[in-house]
Amino acid sequence: MNATADIHRDDMASKFGMWLFLFTEMLLFGGLFIVYSVYRFRNAEAFHLASEELSVAVGTINTLILLVSSATIAMSITAVQKSDKRLSLILLGITVLLGIIFLVNKYFEWGEHITEHIYPGSSILSLRGHGDVLFYGLYFFMTGLHALHIIVGLIFIGFTVVAVSRNRINSGNYVVLENCGLYWHLVDMIWIFLFPLFYLIT
Amino acid sequence: MNTEENKKAEFSYLDYKGRHKGIFAWILSTDHKRIGLLYLFSILSLFAIGATIGLLMKFELIAPGQTIVNAKTYNAFFTLHGIIMIFTVVIPGLPAVFGNFLLPIMIGAKDVAFPKLNLLSWYFYVTGVALVVISQFTGEGAPDTGWTFYAPYSFRTAGNMLPAVFGAFVLGFSSILTGLNFLVTIHRMRAPGMTWLKMPLFPWTLYATGWVQLLATPIIGITLLMIAGERLLNIGFFDPTLGGDPILYQHLFWTYSHPAVYIMILPAMGAISEIISTFAHKPVFGYKFMIGSALAIAFVGYFIWGHHMFTSGMSGSALYAFSLLTFLVAIPSAIKVFNWIATMHKGSIDTQTPFYWAMGFIFVFMVGGFSGLVLGSLAANVHLHNTHFVLAHFHFIVFGGTGFAFFGAMHYWFPKITGRMYDTKWANIGLLFFFIGFISLYGPMFYLGIEGMPRRYFDYDEMFHAENIISSMGAYVLYMGAMIIVINLFSSLKNGARATANPWGGKTLEWTIPSPPPTENFEEQPIITKGPYDYR
Repeated sequence: MNATADIHRDDMASKFGMWLFLFTEMLLFGGLFIVYSVYRFRNAEAFHLASEELSVAVGTINTLILLVSSATIAMSITAVQKSDKRLSLILLGITVLLGIIFLVNKYFEWGEHITEHIYPGSSILSLRGHGDVLFYGLYFFMTGLHALHIIVGLIFIGFTVVAVSRNRINSGNYVVLENCGLYWHLVDMIWIFLFPLFYLIT
Repeated sequence: MNTEENKKAEFSYLDYKGRHKGIFAWILSTDHKRIGLLYLFSILSLFAIGATIGLLMKFELIAPGQTIVNAKTYNAFFTLHGIIMIFTVVIPGLPAVFGNFLLPIMIGAKDVAFPKLNLLSWYFYVTGVALVVISQFTGEGAPDTGWTFYAPYSFRTAGNMLPAVFGAFVLGFSSILTGLNFLVTIHRMRAPGMTWLKMPLFPWTLYATGWVQLLATPIIGITLLMIAGERLLNIGFFDPTLGGDPILYQHLFWTYSHPAVYIMILPAMGAISEIISTFAHKPVFGYKFMIGSALAIAFVGYFIWGHHMFTSGMSGSALYAFSLLTFLVAIPSAIKVFNWIATMHKGSIDTQTPFYWAMGFIFVFMVGGFSGLVLGSLAANVHLHNTHFVLAHFHFIVFGGTGFAFFGAMHYWFPKITGRMYDTKWANIGLLFFFIGFISLYGPMFYLGIEGMPRRYFDYDEMFHAENIISSMGAYVLYMGAMIIVINLFSSLKNGARATANPWGGKTLEWTIPSPPPTENFEEQPIITKGPYDYR
């Protein structure tokens, strides 16, 4: 036995490490939430009017999509625990599909704003005043960073799909899938905060 | 098979032959000891670059007017010096080098919790460094904002900010992952019997540091991303013409960058505690208070960022709160100093080189700390803000504190890491030069600051000339001292006498195993029954 072949496995440590990482992710968005609160406080009126321009329907649909996808990934973990590989793969597939649908919705939502010349740095947007500039700046930055996290999450799920199908994730060793689920729940949870901040509070 | 295994276990980590050969046996190794040395060499190289730039800056300041570089180059110099020294030398310094090498050994573990992640952190580190270097040689010109990237200049300047900002972001990632790794390691991998209150102080300070790294670094991450957003997309977060607030940037920046000071100093304090206990041959006085004060410093350190912004524009009540909290940090820091002195009291002190470094540390740390109190008082701060006084203060704390502890730790653990002793005479001469150079370089800056010489200018009034000459001369002496130290250590790698397992008579776990340590650290899992500093 040598050092490199010495496989030390501690599922508790892996999950602990993941939770700590999720902490840092929350703080990353926390910085943006602070900036949001400061500018909302200073430009209450403009933020109110600007947020009414966003489509609550699309936001609600996206919220539902992410909530369901969180449920499906949690169910896929249970399926792996019960050694039901096929069901687990189906559920992971649904999760990926829902994640992609979320991104497609976001794409059309963003596209609509951009055709109306509402995007950071747009001269037409800057004519509308500071509050609007900051609202949409924050909107694009925060939902953009969130979408980036969705993409990272989808890649992560992609890896677990491969690992499940090759039996590297199985009923005896599924901590990677659990961590992937934790990450996906975090991405979901951040959206649950973004949704009211941009779409609902008026 | 069994005998062959045993032979392998006796191999030191330096002789170990793994899957890879040559340099790949190092840059692809997940052994915490090898990764520690990867960091050591990276950090020493960057320290050499940063120090050389610092020396050039002092050369420029040896006389009023332009001496060797123009104003623009000088701005680029202090920016690069700051980025290199802060983000790539003192922040990772002790945790990444000595933490990696010694944390698992000191808690009786084989490795850190996530060895691959540990190696990945080093790659993030190297990538971050590469980005900072790229920023110097591409684009419109080198970054010239200072390491603080203050808005709105950081997105208005023609300097090539994006790679530098992104480099700092990636370095932050490396720091977070190291901290995360250490936290999980300390929680999950302590040897049987090593309860929290039987853990040595260096791992304890790494634990406190790990939390700061984890909880503070994401804030600078998002802030740097926002600066990148400002430059790329013109969003307006911190741009007054678009309704943004540059002061908000300063708040976010210092929310990380003040706790970062404690990332630098806490492990330094831990290493100094180990050194003083070993060479006084006495248990650390007030062991529990040392732990408590480390945690208190880490905790209070979050709430005092505002003292960097006393003159930026804040409400009066905010000023008072930040000033008061700043003074509060002095209490746990003073507890540490008193406990170090009390540890030495009635000890049988063995005055080896690391002990002298520890003494130097206490001295410069106290000078730095007391001048920090001067700056923490509101009225004095208005006069001293952005002068050479601030420059002197933070070099005493950051370079003095971390630097003296780093070199002290290097001389303390050198026999363990390399299996060789070094030449004590030259080591002490190097330290003497280093110390004299240090005091004459930064000492006059206190006076210059009180007299009103601002920082970050390549030129100054004739009235400041004499003190600047002393200061610049000090820089040469300091630089020479550092060279003597490093050359002495390097030559000892070949010529030094073989080190025994425990040359200093230390009591912590790393001294119970051979020097250099075997790949697996411990042949048998150690079982802990006694406290860490068990002197009779």
